[in-house]
Amino acid sequence: MQALFPLVILLPLLGSALVGLGGFVAPGFRRNESLLGGLATLMVAIPFFIILAAFLTFDGQPLQFSLFSWMQAGDLDIRFSYEFDQLSLVMGMIVTGVGALIHLYSIGYMHGDPGYYKFFAYLNLFIFAMNNLILGDNFAVMFLGWEGVGLCSYLLIGFWYQDMPKAEAAQKAFIANRIGDVAMIIAMIMVFRLVGSLDFSDLNQAVASMPGDQVFWISLLVFIAATGKSAQIPLFVWLPDAMAGPTPVSALIHAATMVTSGIYLVARLNPLFSASPEVMAIIVVVAALTAIVAALIAMAQNDIKKVLAYSTVSQLGFMFMALGAGAYTAAIFHVMTHAFFKACLFLGSGSVIHAMEHMHSVKDPQDIRTMGGLRKYMPATSTTFWISTLAISGIIPLAGFFSKDEILASLFLFDTGFDLYKIVWLVASLTAVLTAVYMTRLTMLTFEGKQRYPEGKHPHESPATMTIPLWILAALAVVGGFLGLPYLIGHGEYHLLNHWLEPVIRNNPAIEANASTGKEVFLILFSTLLAIGAVLFTRNLYRKHDLEADVKVKKAFGGLFGAMQGKFYLDELYQTVFIGPFMMIGKKVLSWFDTNIVDGAVNGSGTVVGSIGEVFRRLQGGLISNYLLLITGGVLVMLSYLIFG
Amino acid sequence: MEAATTIQTILFWAFTVLGLAGAVGLIFNRNPVYAALSLVLNFFSIAGLYLSLGAEFLAAIQILVYAGAIMVLFLFVIMLLNLQEEHGVLKFDARRGLAFILGLGFVAEMMFVAKSFQAFPAGSNFVYGKVEPIGRALMTDYLFPFEMISVVLLAALIGAILVARRHTHQEG
Amino acid sequence: MDLLTPTVYSYLTVALVMFALGTIGVITRRNGIVVFMCIELMLNAVNLALITFSNMWNDPAGSMLVFFVMVVAAAEAVVGLAIIIALFRNQQDIDINQVNIFKW
Repeated sequence: MQALFPLVILLPLLGSALVGLGGFVAPGFRRNESLLGGLATLMVAIPFFIILAAFLTFDGQPLQFSLFSWMQAGDLDIRFSYEFDQLSLVMGMIVTGVGALIHLYSIGYMHGDPGYYKFFAYLNLFIFAMNNLILGDNFAVMFLGWEGVGLCSYLLIGFWYQDMPKAEAAQKAFIANRIGDVAMIIAMIMVFRLVGSLDFSDLNQAVASMPGDQVFWISLLVFIAATGKSAQIPLFVWLPDAMAGPTPVSALIHAATMVTSGIYLVARLNPLFSASPEVMAIIVVVAALTAIVAALIAMAQNDIKKVLAYSTVSQLGFMFMALGAGAYTAAIFHVMTHAFFKACLFLGSGSVIHAMEHMHSVKDPQDIRTMGGLRKYMPATSTTFWISTLAISGIIPLAGFFSKDEILASLFLFDTGFDLYKIVWLVASLTAVLTAVYMTRLTMLTFEGKQRYPEGKHPHESPATMTIPLWILAALAVVGGFLGLPYLIGHGEYHLLNHWLEPVIRNNPAIEANASTGKEVFLILFSTLLAIGAVLFTRNLYRKHDLEADVKVKKAFGGLFGAMQGKFYLDELYQTVFIGPFMMIGKKVLSWFDTNIVDGAVNGSGTVVGSIGEVFRRLQGGLISNYLLLITGGVLVMLSYLIFG
Repeated sequence: MEAATTIQTILFWAFTVLGLAGAVGLIFNRNPVYAALSLVLNFFSIAGLYLSLGAEFLAAIQILVYAGAIMVLFLFVIMLLNLQEEHGVLKFDARRGLAFILGLGFVAEMMFVAKSFQAFPAGSNFVYGKVEPIGRALMTDYLFPFEMISVVLLAALIGAILVARRHTHQEG
Repeated sequence: MDLLTPTVYSYLTVALVMFALGTIGVITRRNGIVVFMCIELMLNAVNLALITFSNMWNDPAGSMLVFFVMVVAAAEAVVGLAIIIALFRNQQDIDINQVNIFKW
């Protein structure tokens, strides 16, 4: 068993190399789609079963293994070492499990694409990097994965790179991530300087003896890094644009796995964050802002994937709110349930887009205004999409209800009085309502009502390789929540995830202390009523008015709606405040600097050497006698130095 | 070590005078043939100096190889090329002046370096001048260089043929 | 020990003077063959110093080295004269100051 663990890391890498290089050199192999896709899927499915086996036989003792020493310099000894503990097992199952399903789905979705082999090579490489991220037991290996998933994200967003906006979206994602990565590097340097080691366990043990301001800065920097990768304000702008990539990529990377790596990291370093209440407050405020802003934007979008993208940003905000309250388990719980239903939603949207694309008559296959009534033709897709919509809206007893309720409860129970966390709780509740509204709107406009696309040809349901993952994910979205039954039932006795993660995660004890049956009942009733009310209200609104309901929504929001449609003009703001001036400085100042100073220095050194040579080449008179004279003189000088020097 | 004998003293001074005369003749003779003959004189003198040091075998070799073979080759080439006399050999110019100054400086400095050898007499019971010890040394301790030097000779032979050969048109 | 009796130093001085004369010849003469002969003179001067030391220590190393120098000198003379012949064939002259193809 232990001997199989390296395969978890190595198989996806091997798969990437086989599919990528094999497809590159062998055109016959490149065209064999089922072999390529099957191989790549297997390379993710096997690690999933290994992790599953490790999970089932886990005895509470973290399983460690080390591949080889990466670098050694002085005190720094970085090993390629990995650790399977409770947290990484959960994350590993999500990543490889959802990953395998999405690989399977992609076999059908990417059918006929000229870059088929490249797609699966990148996807496998992503799984490799993600496994490094979540299984690595030190910052360096984690950072390797962190950068690796960023790279794969870049490659896959710009997968259709001949399309300029898509290539630009890829660059945007990469640059936004880089900003966070810089913070990460600084944090790593500070950790090494302070602790003398990059191992997570060493850092978590050293937190108690670390000076407070250092704890503050390190945790703040790690959080800034997380805002880049996990799309929080101010760096979330890349994620909606990242939808330019193929839909399975959006499902895997930009919904289920990569964007949750920031949450994983904060949870992994929970002793560090718990030691810095200021950073926790910053996190909770940033997360609440992100959640509500993204939810508002999602209300006003008409692109099916854009809505889901902003929904993802909003849900990530939920997870960070949980982290900010110290409810790390709740965050991981929501990561898990979100992975199920959001992956299902994205894959469902992919299925819809796939169907719309094949009709050719539709101008924009992603615009929900040209859909409608698809349930008739795509029963599997619409049923799973409905299940996931209800799950994300927090309808009892689907998965989203339990995780979201736990987050709301931990925010409410953070302390007893009315303060920052109560405001955040209100914002979160409002966001939850908005979530239910925009998701119901999306589903209603896509699958119900009149069909708004041209008559004649009608869309078809997707093949089985695409619907099977949908059904599996939908099923998980139904039952996934039971892993974390609320405190109300048996006083947390049946919160399986909580028990499981207990050895590695210390949640904020205040939450449990403040809990009481009355409060719990109130909270559950409150959020359930909000969710059900929002879903029913929206459903009836759109059922009655169909597309016209958007006008009513617009009226209801008034002046705010323009801002929502314009994504709160954040892109424009960044353009004028950062990118514009930067480009101007680049064009005016730096280009002058480049042509005059840099080129001047380079050319100047050449000219100097040239003119020195011009003088000294006179010595090369070609007369051997003169050379001999100089040699003799040189010997004499050296002799004189040896004798008298 | 026994001190130098009278004969050794006489040999030394006689051959020193002759040898230096040959050297001076070499560098100041405008006619290459005369210069070559001066060098032959010098080589003979050096052979004599070897003798005065008790290096009989090497003295013989010096005469055979240098004076006999090498200098004959030189003279042969000089005559083959039918060279003109070189003009201005005795003319004084800056380079010549500098060359003499450098030469003098070199001698002065090296004599200064070597002055500690004043105390050592040139011995007369030099064993390794005789044929037998040299032969033994060559066949035992110095066998490998001895074999290698034959390869050098072979390489020189082939190289000389290659360099001096008249290039024919066939090889294009 | 009177002044005339040769010591190691006397022999070394002779070798040095010969070496310096050879050097001067190499620098001043223009005729390629004469320059070459001057180099032979320098080699001989060194040989004389080597044999002097060999005598002084009663050691075969110096003598052996002289032996090898002589062989190498013979080889060198052969190759050098071949080069001079090739040079003469190309330039109709062996004045080394005319051979300035090394010039900048």
